[in-house]
Amino acid sequence: MSVGETLNFCRGGGCTAKLGPAALSRVLSGLPRPTDPNLLIGAQSSDDAAVYRLRDDVAIVQTLDFFPPMLDDPYLFGQVAATNALSDIYAMGGEVKTALNIVCFPEEMDLNILGEILRGGSEKVVEAGGSLAGGHSIADQEVKYGLSVTGVVHPQHILANNTGRVGDHLILTKPLGVGLLCTAARLGQADENAFAGAVRSMTTLNKYAAQVAAKYRVHAATDVTGFGLLGHLHEMMRPDLSARIHAHALPVLDTAYDCANEFYLTAAGQRNRNFAAHRAVLHGLTFAQEEVLFDPQTSGGLLLAVASEDAPALLEEIRGLGLPCGDIGQLLPRLEAEIIVEP
Amino acid sequence: MEVLVDARGKACPLPVIETRNALREHGAPVVTLVDNDIARQNVEKVARQMGLLAETRKEEGVWRITLTAAQEGDLDADSPEVDQAVEQLSSCALPAPGPTVVVLSADTMGVGDDTLGRALMKGFVYALTQLDEAPDTVLLYNGGAKLSVEGAETVEDLKTLEEAGTEILTCGTCLNHYGLTEQLAVGSVTNMYVIAETLAKAGKVIRP
Repeated sequence: MSVGETLNFCRGGGCTAKLGPAALSRVLSGLPRPTDPNLLIGAQSSDDAAVYRLRDDVAIVQTLDFFPPMLDDPYLFGQVAATNALSDIYAMGGEVKTALNIVCFPEEMDLNILGEILRGGSEKVVEAGGSLAGGHSIADQEVKYGLSVTGVVHPQHILANNTGRVGDHLILTKPLGVGLLCTAARLGQADENAFAGAVRSMTTLNKYAAQVAAKYRVHAATDVTGFGLLGHLHEMMRPDLSARIHAHALPVLDTAYDCANEFYLTAAGQRNRNFAAHRAVLHGLTFAQEEVLFDPQTSGGLLLAVASEDAPALLEEIRGLGLPCGDIGQLLPRLEAEIIVEP
Repeated sequence: MEVLVDARGKACPLPVIETRNALREHGAPVVTLVDNDIARQNVEKVARQMGLLAETRKEEGVWRITLTAAQEGDLDADSPEVDQAVEQLSSCALPAPGPTVVVLSADTMGVGDDTLGRALMKGFVYALTQLDEAPDTVLLYNGGAKLSVEGAETVEDLKTLEEAGTEILTCGTCLNHYGLTEQLAVGSVTNMYVIAETLAKAGKVIRP
């Protein structure tokens, strides 16, 4: 640590601080719907970012993400928050161009801490190939940090999240269990090596996985964050599709199952379970496997729907990036439930 | 003597961890007090996972969860505690015998006076939100398609159902016929294939 003070954990850091999906969809449904035909993807779908067509060959991708600390190291927190905010651009198939900082910081707190957060964030923006172009800060009771990011994408190459095809394999590019490990860490109970693995995963840009994905026939993509694997998988579904997931194939952080069995459970995880309960059928899973499926992820991986012939080669290349990943299941014609998870 | 864990005012994971620690230290019974519903759900989940029975009472905004060891007699299928435990498990773990599907094929209920019929339908949709177990699916077609669009008095209740996990499906052809395609305010659009399949696979179909 290069500064003398560490950040305080708040009630729920990282993506566990998201409002529940049910509450959110209710509030949003009351807002007026935009009518501009150039708004290719807006708030009406459950997509990762907004996409606006400027010309036939270029659209801008806009996203915004910020949250309270889930780590006590301000520099790493800055990296995680930025990696998470940048991820939505990659989940749409876009390329990062500019980013603006969003900062809430207590007036009485040591400004060196803020400096460390911003240093971590700016490094990730540079790594993403973007320019940090400014920001806005507000005095607040507790620390919050994130970014508004703008990227570009060819309108023909947008990766929406609900355009998968029957037969596609589902590939997850990062391990699950980040929420469970961060909760254990809050209580001082996380295994040091395992937690380092979680931090490595949270600070790895989805840029690299997206670059690999662009070489293959990927039909749909999203990133797995606060709503957990099943919540975000739900956003990829349509009335004519079901997903079958194999729990044994899930990439999972070391000790994540132990953390579940020790009941390091979040409120967000339970909200995710409630949201998915009627959409997913879980056949014969262990308690820990179930918890991992609902675990809110901060800066999670991409979930890709890829043509089945391309899946083995894609997975092999993703594995080469160095994080646990997996071919976790397949899209099928609609079955008895939207999502079916088998052991 | 039961041990009391007062987790009021505390956010997860603390209510869960404090309950777990009390159980490990003293064994059951343990009584945990929480003041939010998600914490209640998490504590009950832990009880199930530890093979304990959870009995919950709500008094003035506080849930009082009593965790007790399952006795041999509790395995008797007639025991209310077992019923309660099984019911709680069914939220996700057990496949239901067959989904409950509500069909709303008109914007009125019953035959006679349509003004009365519309009021009755509004009341019926509200009453659905008050059922112990929300239906799995509500299918809206023909005149029923008018119940899920902007301005309909039933939209709020349908949203409540959706929040409780009910799938709200409105016939796309019907919306189109009434010129309401752009006004759908809750749930999603469906087609005849899905409607036929949903009805074919239903355990129970309710038509008011």
